[in-house]
This record gives sequence, C-alpha cells and structure tokens, in this order.
Amino acid sequence: MNHFEEIALIAGKDLRIEGRSRVALNQIAPFAILVIVLFGFALDADRTTLQTFTPGLYWMAVLLSSVLAVHRSVAVEAGEGAREGLLLSGLRPASVFLGKAVALVAQLLIVAIVLLGGVLIFYSASIEDPVLLVTSLLGAVLGVGAAGTLYGALLGSQRARETILPILLLPVLAPVLIAATRAFGDAMGTTGTDGWAWTQLLYAFAAIYTAFGVLSHGVLMEEN
Amino acid sequence: MVLLGRFPALAGASLVVEPGESVLLQGPNGAGKSTLLRLCAGLLRPERGEATVLGRDLRTDRRSVRSSVGYVGHQSMLYDDLTVGENLRFWGKAAGVDDSQQRAAADRMQIHGRLFDVQVARLSAGQRRRTALAVAAARRPELWLLDEPHAGLDQDGRDIVDALITDAADAGGAVLVASHELDRVEPVVDRRVIIEGGQATEKPFPATGAGSDA
Repeated sequence: MNHFEEIALIAGKDLRIEGRSRVALNQIAPFAILVIVLFGFALDADRTTLQTFTPGLYWMAVLLSSVLAVHRSVAVEAGEGAREGLLLSGLRPASVFLGKAVALVAQLLIVAIVLLGGVLIFYSASIEDPVLLVTSLLGAVLGVGAAGTLYGALLGSQRARETILPILLLPVLAPVLIAATRAFGDAMGTTGTDGWAWTQLLYAFAAIYTAFGVLSHGVLMEEN
Repeated sequence: MVLLGRFPALAGASLVVEPGESVLLQGPNGAGKSTLLRLCAGLLRPERGEATVLGRDLRTDRRSVRSSVGYVGHQSMLYDDLTVGENLRFWGKAAGVDDSQQRAAADRMQIHGRLFDVQVARLSAGQRRRTALAVAAARRPELWLLDEPHAGLDQDGRDIVDALITDAADAGGAVLVASHELDRVEPVVDRRVIIEGGQATEKPFPATGAGSDA
C-alpha cells in the first residue's frame, strides 16, 4: 500500500467506528450546543452584546468539544490494545498520524457546522463574508485536528490522559482560539480586524503541527 | 534485559528457539513470560544484552521483526465497534494480506457466516480470541508468540490452537507459548522453559503431567 492508501485505511476505519458509535453527532455536538446556550445564560446579555461576543464564544465551545473528540480518537486505539496492533501491522507511523488526523478533522467539522447553526439561531449572529468564514473555519479545524492527534498520541496509554489532555492541549490551541476568533469577527462583521491575515496564521499553525506530527508520530507510537 | 518503567525484567534470561521448534514458557505470575513474548514481538526494546529474532537485531530492527511475527497477547487488538469481518479486512489490508489469505485464516479459526457481521463488542471471550488468532494467522508468521492462547476457548477452540501450534512448527516456523496449562500444551510442544527470577531454565516435562507452573 502507498501512503495515501494507508491514510485512507486509517481514516476510513476511524470514520466507520464513528459512524457506528455516533459519538461526535450524539454526544459531542449536543455538548457544544449546550456550552453556547450556557454561555448565553451566564452572560445574561442583550442580543447586541451576544452578537459581539459570538466569535469568541463559538470558538471556546469548539475547543472544549475538540478535547472530547481527541479523547475519543485516542480511546479507540487504547481499548483492546489496538495501538500495538498498529505497530505490528507495519503501517507507516506518518500514515497513521495523517489518517487519524483526517478522521478527527472530519468529526470536528461536523461539530463546528452544527455549532455554527447553533450560534446563528441562539445568538442571532449574521455572516457578512461567508468565504472568509468557511476558509478560517477549515484552517482552524485543520490546526485543532493536527495538534489534537499529536497530543493524543503523546499521551497514548497514560492512565490519566482524560485529565491531562485538556491541561496540555487547550494552552497549545490558544493561538487557534485567538486567530479564529479574530477571523470570525471580521467574517461576522463584529470587529474591524483583517480576518484573512489571521486566517493565514491558522493555516501556518495547521502546517506546523501536521509536519511535527508526521515527523514525530513514529517515536510517539513506540514510546506509548 | 528490558525495563518495565523503572524495573528491570529478564535480566539474566538466555533462550534460543530454532526454526521448527515449539517451546512452552512457564513460570509464576509476574515472572516475565509475557514480557519475553512482547520483547520477541518487537513491542519492547532490550536495554542490555543480545536479542535477535528471525536473524534481526531487536535493538536496531524492531520494525521488520514486527511484520514477521504472529503475536496474540492478553488483549485482542480488535476494534470493539467494528464487526469481525471489518476487523479482519482492516488488519489484513494493514498487513498487506490478500483476501484469499484472510478467508483461509478465518476458515481455519472456524469464523464463518453470521459471525462476520457481529460487532466485536458482542463476541464472547473465546470468539474474540479466535478472531485475534485469525488476524495473526493471515499474516503467515515465521514466529508465533502466543500468550495463554487457550484462555477463554471452548474445546473446539482449544483444538484449533493445538493444531495451529503443531502445524506452524511442522511448517518450519517457531512457536513460543506462554501457558499455565501444562497438561494441555505438553502434547503439542517440543520443550519446556521455566522463567523465574529473570532467568530462563530448560526443564523436562514432569513424568506425571501434574500441570504445575514449574
């Protein structure tokens, strides 16, 4: 098998598992919606204030949900020792990383799209530049997927990974939160920043973590 | 010697298994039987000493060793949310095994018909083990590493494992079996090695076949 076939094999397997368990759709997406509803209650704000804060609240909800998705992605391999099976299979570690990242990105996209519908409804948010919004959303999700897969592999079979994962991952995702919030602010017309410049940062973040994951995943699989 | 966390294991073990040989590993719980099997599978790195599997050095060439062994440990390495058939296909493709080889291995482990469509999470322990054995068998390994292979199996399953050990050795492969079931394994292996205190010591089978650990 070439690299692409290996990536498709791993991604297909993870997506098939997700299709059967529906964790992203039935658990993570509702959790994300719940978070934005609770943000609305907590801020007790009028509609204008909520619209102003929509980009930040949206991305906070996405990042919190992404921790659950990453945890699920790691748990799939940890359950019955499948991680060792992957080592024994001879699949290239870079393919395993990219395959898992692709599957995670696909699941996060579902959550992000559901959540976008949520903020449009609950916060009465509007979209002024849909191209910027979609481009920045994709860049942010790619970055979260790459960094999440990398940190998931880093924690691997650690017993305390449920609690350590958010402590390690959320600070790493802070640049995504900042850049995606600014880009969304521009796309939704709530801030006057240059959203495309922030979007470039999102893609740079995704590229760096993808490269780092591809290069280091072999060592991480061996050590965990 | 390997390190399990900070603790050394198999510090003085020396064992040679020739092609066509099947060896039973025995010893008390925690003696290092599973560690030795995992070491030979390339899942652990030797810290000191010499460790060569199928002519390849485990310190430098673990990746190529892994693809040539059939390791079945305590965990099935299967995905609970996938069916038996989906697991067999996934692991077969991952290892570069063609469909006919995969089907033959499944047949050999008596995995037929509706069992292919059952989710692994719903399998009994014995069915799960047979599926894990089918995944490993499809790769036609040169070295079998079996950790308590009879555990959870019914009589038919046990007979299948016995035949697998015998056939593998007859075909020129090597087999290492860790088991507490001396009576069960003795008829299908060539010799017996006791792992205890970090040492590997060859011992003859007891004349009475008492089934003890050592």
